[in-house]
Amino acid sequence: MTGVSVSTGSTSGAGFCGHCGEPYDGGDGPPSYAHRECSERLAMEPPRYCAACRRRMKVQVTPLGWSAECSRHGVLVP
Amino acid sequence: MTIQADASEATSHATIPGTFPILETGRQQVLEDGIGLTQEQLEEVLRLPDEALPAALQLAHEVRLKHCGEDVEVEGIISIKTGGCPEDCHFCSQSGLFDSPVRGVWLDIPELVKAAKETAATGATEFCIVAAVRGPDIKLMNQIKFAIDRINEEVDINIACSLGMLTQRQVDQLAEWGVHRYNHNLETARSYFPEVVTTHSYEERLETCNMVKAAGMELCCGALIGMGETLEQRAELAAQLAALEPHEVPLNFLNPRPGTPLENQGIMDGKDALRAIAAFRLAMPRTVLRYAGGRELTLGDLGTRNGLLGGINAVIVGNYLTTLGRPATADLNLLVELNMPIKELQKTL
Ligand code: SF4
Repeated sequence: MTGVSVSTGSTSGAGFCGHCGEPYDGGDGPPSYAHRECSERLAMEPPRYCAACRRRMKVQVTPLGWSAECSRHGVLVP
Repeated sequence: MTIQADASEATSHATIPGTFPILETGRQQVLEDGIGLTQEQLEEVLRLPDEALPAALQLAHEVRLKHCGEDVEVEGIISIKTGGCPEDCHFCSQSGLFDSPVRGVWLDIPELVKAAKETAATGATEFCIVAAVRGPDIKLMNQIKFAIDRINEEVDINIACSLGMLTQRQVDQLAEWGVHRYNHNLETARSYFPEVVTTHSYEERLETCNMVKAAGMELCCGALIGMGETLEQRAELAAQLAALEPHEVPLNFLNPRPGTPLENQGIMDGKDALRAIAAFRLAMPRTVLRYAGGRELTLGDLGTRNGLLGGINAVIVGNYLTTLGRPATADLNLLVELNMPIKELQKTL
């Protein structure tokens, strides 16, 4: 791992949802509908899936922060 | 969210018309005499109608002020080893037996020390190091010893640990290393435990709790409610915790985690959560009763405030082990607004 991704795992502008790992276009409706609940969840928990490749990330939560590391795409921070 | 709005309706603690016999009893027995309510009495509290909730919270708050004081104890928690646990606690995203998105990861010691410093800077007096294990092996115990020494060199904060079930030797080692409090939760009532955990028993949990107390460490023994237990079982849990006489009880509300057997369990009703807070305080008038995980989802901001005015006298500041909490500043500002001073550090060992 080397790079630092600019994505925060939010549900917009990426291939996969940081919360559930599903493709953004994989739901029953438009992306914003399919992953609306995921977006709410991501306000209360760090992303678990890399938005670029869907790999499960190594996530470390500390009292005042978190980081999530994808073996391919680097580290995400809030 | 509707649940938050429901919980927020209990903001007023003004005297309400009508009296509720169990609250009259509680006023004498718990507030005046300092004797916790029994299991049957706690069931009555948990069954109180909504219109009695402000009075129940008011009584619990008075009990807390009289028997614990106005201070609020602030703690930060951190996971030194996340995920991959061999146990099957049905609520837990860190079990390696479920299809959970949480990956196994170890935190290195410099990061741990940094987190301890940041936690202390919030005014917190407690820093709890947690590992997702059945019980610690030699590698983990060595890591813990190293971590304790490094933190003690650089940070003025009490260190607690939560490392699963312990042997007597491990209990003695932790006590010797200066761990002043050990967390091991009962989680749920004895009668409901086999529905939630099958890889170890309630008795095994009790055994560790009793060893911790016997070794002179403070026991932190928590509850997780909203897992589908009945009100009777919730009262049973409060009574069983009271019988154990822990120094602290962290009160968690289920946050259903993806991939776990409880992922489809609904979020607990906010008013039921507040009734539980009042009941736990009336069961344990002198215990540190701490807000722990799930309150953001179950109670929301206003419900959080109501609980602090209804028996809670400690908070976990910031994030939890795998999920995020309210911003630390939100809780700290709320304490200022409520005129509740943060408990100061008293190194116990
Ligand atoms: S022992 Fe602890 S970490 Fe392991 S599954 Fe149970 S609650 Fe999770």
